Amino acid sequence: MNNQDHDTPPESDGRKAVLTRIEEWRRRPHRLAGDFITSAHGAGGKASQSLLQAVILPGFGSAELKKANDGAILDVGDESRVVLTTDSFVVTPRRFNGGSIGDLAVNGTVNDLAVMGATPRWMSVAFVVEEGFHIDDFRDVVADIARAAMIAGIEIVTGDTKVVGKGAADGIYVTTTGVGVLPDGRDLAYANVRPGDKVIVSGSIGDHGIAVLIARGDIELQAEIPSDTAPVHIATEALLNSGASVRWMRDPTRGGVASTMNELAMCAEVGVRLYEQSLPILPAVNGTCELLGLDPLYVANEGKFIAVVAPEHEDIALAALKSVEVSRGARVIGEITDQHPGLVVLETLFGGTRIVDMLVGDPLPRIC
Amino acid sequence: MKYIDEFRDPVAAKKILSEIERLAATQPHRKFMEICGGHTHAIYRHGLGDLLPESIELVHGPGCPVCVIPMGRVDDAIHIALQPDIIFCCFGDMLRVPGGKSTLLDARAEGADIRVVYSPIDALAIASKNPDRNVVFLAVGFETTAPSTAVTLLNARERGMKNFSVMCNHVTIIPAIKSILDSPDLQLDGFLGPGHVGTVIGNYPYQFVVDQYHLPIVTAGFEPLDILESVFRLLRQLDEGRCEVENQYRRVVRDNGNPVALNLIDKVFTLRPHFEWRGLGFISHSALQLRDDFADFDAELRYPVPGVRIADPKACQCGEVLKGAIRPWECKVFGTACTPETPIGTCMVSSEGACAAYYNYGRYSQRGLIPVKVV
Repeated sequence: MNNQDHDTPPESDGRKAVLTRIEEWRRRPHRLAGDFITSAHGAGGKASQSLLQAVILPGFGSAELKKANDGAILDVGDESRVVLTTDSFVVTPRRFNGGSIGDLAVNGTVNDLAVMGATPRWMSVAFVVEEGFHIDDFRDVVADIARAAMIAGIEIVTGDTKVVGKGAADGIYVTTTGVGVLPDGRDLAYANVRPGDKVIVSGSIGDHGIAVLIARGDIELQAEIPSDTAPVHIATEALLNSGASVRWMRDPTRGGVASTMNELAMCAEVGVRLYEQSLPILPAVNGTCELLGLDPLYVANEGKFIAVVAPEHEDIALAALKSVEVSRGARVIGEITDQHPGLVVLETLFGGTRIVDMLVGDPLPRIC
Repeated sequence: MKYIDEFRDPVAAKKILSEIERLAATQPHRKFMEICGGHTHAIYRHGLGDLLPESIELVHGPGCPVCVIPMGRVDDAIHIALQPDIIFCCFGDMLRVPGGKSTLLDARAEGADIRVVYSPIDALAIASKNPDRNVVFLAVGFETTAPSTAVTLLNARERGMKNFSVMCNHVTIIPAIKSILDSPDLQLDGFLGPGHVGTVIGNYPYQFVVDQYHLPIVTAGFEPLDILESVFRLLRQLDEGRCEVENQYRRVVRDNGNPVALNLIDKVFTLRPHFEWRGLGFISHSALQLRDDFADFDAELRYPVPGVRIADPKACQCGEVLKGAIRPWECKVFGTACTPETPIGTCMVSSEGACAAYYNYGRYSQRGLIPVKVV
C-alpha cells in the first residue's frame, strides 16, 4: 500500500481504512474453508490458490516449486537448463469446435514450456481410461495427440495407460509431462517486471472457454466460436529473439487473463492497469458472455499468452508477434504501475475504473 | 455488437454527464436508489461511480433475488438436494449462498447431484432424459423469471411429467419497495426502477411511489447510457418540480407490461400470505407459491423440508445494506470476515449483490459513488 496514493485524488480516511483492511486480509496466507474438495478448488482462482498454499506447497515445498511458475527450471550442470512441466486434462466434451482433449494435452504442455522461455523437446503421455471406453474413441485421442505433437515439434518418448472401473472416471483423462531446453541467458521472472512495462496479449481472449461451454450443449446457443487451442512456442521464440526486453510471460488458461494478471500483481508486488477498450474480444465471444453474464477476462484460453515487455520495446515486440500466425492479433492491453501494488484495475470505456479481482470458484452465470 | 455498443458510447456518455452536472449544480445533495441488483452490477462494472458528480449518491436496493433468500430456505433446498435419487437443478448464483451450516456447493461435494441450469426448461429436459430420477428445480427471482417457471410447469403438466417439481422462491418487487419506503432510516429523492421486472409488470404498478410517497421513479435499462440517462431524467423531474413514473427503457418496457407473461404467472402461482426476506424480515403478500392444481409439482409438498427459520449471523448487516441504510463498506465484516470467497451474507454472494459488486469492482474507484463518510 506504500505507493497507493500517487496522483490519485485524496480519499477520506474512512474509505482508505477499508481499503487497507481489505488488502491486509487479501495478503494473509490462504486458508482452506470446508472439509471437502469442491469444484472451486479446480477453477484456477482463489480456492485453487488456497489448496496450493495450505496443502500442496507445505507438503512438497521445494524452492523451485515455491516460485509458482508454470514449469520448473532445472540446473543439470550443463550450459543450458532444462524446464519441466506437467498438466492433466479432464475436459468434457472430449471434442469441441476447433479441437479435442488430445490437442489440449499437447498444446497445454507445449505452451507451459514456451512461456517459460524454453524450446519444447520431449513429452510423456499417461492415460486413465474408464472401463467400457470405446477403442475407436481411444484411437481418436491417440491420433489427435500424435498430430498435435507433430505440429508442435515435440517428441513423445514415454507413457503409461491405466484402466479404472466403470464409473470411476469420466471416459478418459490425459496427463502430459513436457521437457524443454532453456537457452542460455534467458531470464523470465516476476522480479524483472518494472512499473511502466507494457502488457501484451497475443490475440483474442475467451475463445476456448466459450467454445467448450457451447460444445457442452447445456445452453442452446448457435455460435461459430472455435477454441483457440494451438501451440504458441513459435510466437514466444519470435518475441524472445526480436531483441525486445521481455520480462515475463504466462499463458492465461483456467481463470483467464484476470487470474493471470492477479498472480502477476501479487507475486511481482506491482499494480496492473488494463484498458477495456484495448481488450481483443471476438464479437461472438462478447455476445455469449453478455447473454450469460460472464466476464471474458475470466474465461479460459488455450492458444494465447501474455508477455510483459520493456516500454521502449513495445513496437519491436508487437512487430515480432504479428509476424507469426498464432499471435497475429497481438496488442497492448495495459501496463504495469507502481500505484495499487497487488491489484489489477481496469479502465472502463468511459474512463471510470473497476477492480479485476481473482476469480472466486467457478464462474457462475448470473440469473437475470 | 448491435444493441450493446450504441448504449456504451463514451461520447454520448460525456454529453449526458455534462447535462447531469449542469442540473446537479443547481440542486441539493440527491439520494437515488437503484432497486435492481442488475443496475448495481452495471454501475460498478462500468465504473460509473467515478463519473457522476459528488452530490449524487446512488443507494443500492433490495432487488437482487439471490440476496433476499433467507438462510432457512437455503437449508431447505440443501435438505431436498440430499434426498436419495434427486437431481437438484438451480441457477449458478445459488450454489455459494450460505445456509445455516453449509451451501449447495458443499452438498454437491458431499455427493448430492446438483446441476447448474440456465433456465427452468433445461431442468425439465433433464427430467425427461432421466425418467427414473426425480428432478427438482430451485426457482428464484422476481417477476422477471417467474413466467419462465410458469411456462415450464404448464409444459410439465401437459406432458404428465411425474418426476419433476419446483421449490418456489419467487418474490414480487412492489411489496419490497413499499417496505423500503416505510423504513424510517432512509431518506430518498427518487428511484431507478427495475427495468427487467418492468418488462413483465409494466410501469403502472410503480404509480404508488408517486401517488403515496411523492417520489419520482424512472424505469431504467441496464447499459451504462441507460443508467446515466435515467439519473438525468430524475434530476430533470426534480428540477422542473415534476413527480412522475417515467420510462427510460421504452425499447422493451410497455406501460401495461407483458399481458401474456402476467397471465402465465396468474395461471400457475398465487400469493403467499407472507414470506421472509433476508434482512427485511417477513413481508405480507410478497412471494409466490404454486396454485393448488399444481400441488403435484410443488417440491415443498413432495419432500420433507425442515422449514426452520435461522437468524442472520449477528455480525452480518445485509439487512441494512439491502435497505440502503448503510453502504456495503460500512458493514463491520465487509472485506475481512465476509468476502466473495467466504461470504457471510448473501449480498456478498451474487455478483448483483451490493457488497460483491462493491468488493469485486468498486473498491478502488477513484472516487466512490458515495461521498465518503469520515469515520
